[in-house]
Amino acid sequence: MEGLSRIKVECRGVSAFYGETQALNEVNLSIYDHEVMALIGPSGCGKSTFLRSLNRMNDLVSGCRIEGEISLDGEDIYGRGMDVTRLRTRVGMVFQKPNPFSKSVFENVAYGPRIHGMASNRSELEGIVETSLRRASLWEEVKDRMKQPGSSLSGGQQQRLCIARAIALNPEVILMDEPCSALDPIATARIEELIAELRGSYSLVVVTHSIQQAARISDRVAFFHLGKLVEDGLTGDIYNDPKDDRTLGYITGRFG
Amino acid sequence: MIREAKATRDYDRKRHRYDGWLHGVSLCAVMLGVFFLLVLFLIIVKVSLPGLTQSYFVLSVDFSEEWIERGDIASGRYRKVLKSGFSELLEGRGSEVRVRDFGKVLSSRSSHILREMVVSDPALVGRRVEVRLPLSDIWDQVNKGLLSWESLKVHRGVGESLQLLFLELKDDGLVEEHWNVGVLFRGDSRFPEVAGLYGAIVGSFYAMLVCFLVSFPLAIATVLYTEELVPRGRFRDIIDVNINNLASVPSVVFGLLGLAFFIGSLGFPRSSPFVGGLVLGLMSLPTMVIAAREAVRRVPVSLREAALSVGATRQQSVFHHVLPSAMPGILTGTIIALARALGEAAPLLLIGMNAFVSSDPGGVMDPATALPTQILIWSDSPERGFVARAGIAIVVLIGFLLLMNGLSIYVRSRWSSYDRYG
Repeated sequence: MEGLSRIKVECRGVSAFYGETQALNEVNLSIYDHEVMALIGPSGCGKSTFLRSLNRMNDLVSGCRIEGEISLDGEDIYGRGMDVTRLRTRVGMVFQKPNPFSKSVFENVAYGPRIHGMASNRSELEGIVETSLRRASLWEEVKDRMKQPGSSLSGGQQQRLCIARAIALNPEVILMDEPCSALDPIATARIEELIAELRGSYSLVVVTHSIQQAARISDRVAFFHLGKLVEDGLTGDIYNDPKDDRTLGYITGRFG
Repeated sequence: MIREAKATRDYDRKRHRYDGWLHGVSLCAVMLGVFFLLVLFLIIVKVSLPGLTQSYFVLSVDFSEEWIERGDIASGRYRKVLKSGFSELLEGRGSEVRVRDFGKVLSSRSSHILREMVVSDPALVGRRVEVRLPLSDIWDQVNKGLLSWESLKVHRGVGESLQLLFLELKDDGLVEEHWNVGVLFRGDSRFPEVAGLYGAIVGSFYAMLVCFLVSFPLAIATVLYTEELVPRGRFRDIIDVNINNLASVPSVVFGLLGLAFFIGSLGFPRSSPFVGGLVLGLMSLPTMVIAAREAVRRVPVSLREAALSVGATRQQSVFHHVLPSAMPGILTGTIIALARALGEAAPLLLIGMNAFVSSDPGGVMDPATALPTQILIWSDSPERGFVARAGIAIVVLIGFLLLMNGLSIYVRSRWSSYDRYG
């Protein structure tokens, strides 16, 4: 699969700093089209920082500085010509804790397409909302509750609503920052199924704390430790035959 | 062993005794508060109660064409109409009271009231009607039993015959007491029996309107600047601290600012609700900013992240998500700040909103009083009727304040975090 796909996101020598502290150190990593890349590693290893630098969410954090080069389809995302709002429509994001807007279910999904002028009329917008909710396998559960507040859904449903919200913009890459850490096992299983369904349409980058989850959902794994990318490769290879002792130690549960 | 147990027991008993004291002291504090609140309430009731009603005299008058020309109703000789009414009444009763003396029983505004009646209903010309005219303040007090006949005789030189006549008329049902509704719908007057709050209510309303229009947008803009646009740091801290300090500036100082700058430098009209509103607006601004700032800070970062992650600009994130989420808090703070401004008299004294204004303000630039300044004006007046009316004004003011506080509670409870967009 690796050989057939082309590179979607390419990172060269990416370093991140929060003020004086360095959170990422010279990370080189490529993310391919239509794959699920899992980022694993102990807390504070820089995997979330790396994820958030892919759609420039770190811009919000004052004192945060990114060095190196990250390109999306060969285009530098930190370059002058890059409009950050457009970048974020191409690189969607799902957060650790479900964070639906304090608006109706419908508006939660419709908001993105609306502000980007993706629908010319109401029925088109409704079409986008329905498609997105179907792809997030939430449609059947919420089709009669479109006017209710997004916060009235269960935790797992809220997270799928957030995924639908990201899908509605028709992104190329979806970033997920520990999407299941606030969910119960059943809701987690549904999100994992969903990730498997979505991989055909998008490149997914998933940060996870669970080594088992990474094994279940990902095509490839990147292991981060103390701000460095230690090892990356096909999930099977990494789990069966890690090249680095630190990787071995982490996946066998000796530290982390 | 036994001694130790006893020591522990004593120690525990002592600790629990402190508990009891704490309970007792705090209960006393609450009771004291409740007591003074009750006293305040009783005083307001006691002061305003006599102002709730007004005595009227039923007089039969002849709007004869002899005194009123049909073509020129406004300049008719209504004093004559009134006097002839008095004469007829006195002659009919065979009383030896002089017309002049009896005239003092009724309000000095009586002839004006007659004119207003005819002007609003010209068909009255040439007809004989029974009209209800307010008693003058003194006689109103006498009728309500608040002023004794003795003091009336000693201090006002009222004769025995007038007393007997008044009692006789009262027995005949010609002296009536009605709810004093007019106090809400009439302008101020030098005569308490016809003085009303209308001008003050309208003046306060205009001032509040200007105050809101000035302070609300400024407060929102300030908060957006400090919370959303300026990065955390020294500059922002300086602004924050200064706004906090501004909130503790005495309100009189804002009045001084209004006098020197708005009236002195910019030449806005004195005593106008416009200047009053500007001054109150500047006074409320820091309070509103602080309330709005807290509300905006309570909006979770995750909501901003959610907005930005779907490609919203900073402006879209603020106006579509942050502000709507913070709105209940912002509005609550705004209403409370406005309520405080509504009850504020000190700054208005400096810009002349405590002038005697008998005409109703037609706009924000017309001279007017406000409710708190009207209370000051009336409670300063020597006539007893004005004191009672000041009580009524206090009740009206408290009524508005309760209304606004109720509104803020309603807004807070009703406007949940869920809002609709588009």
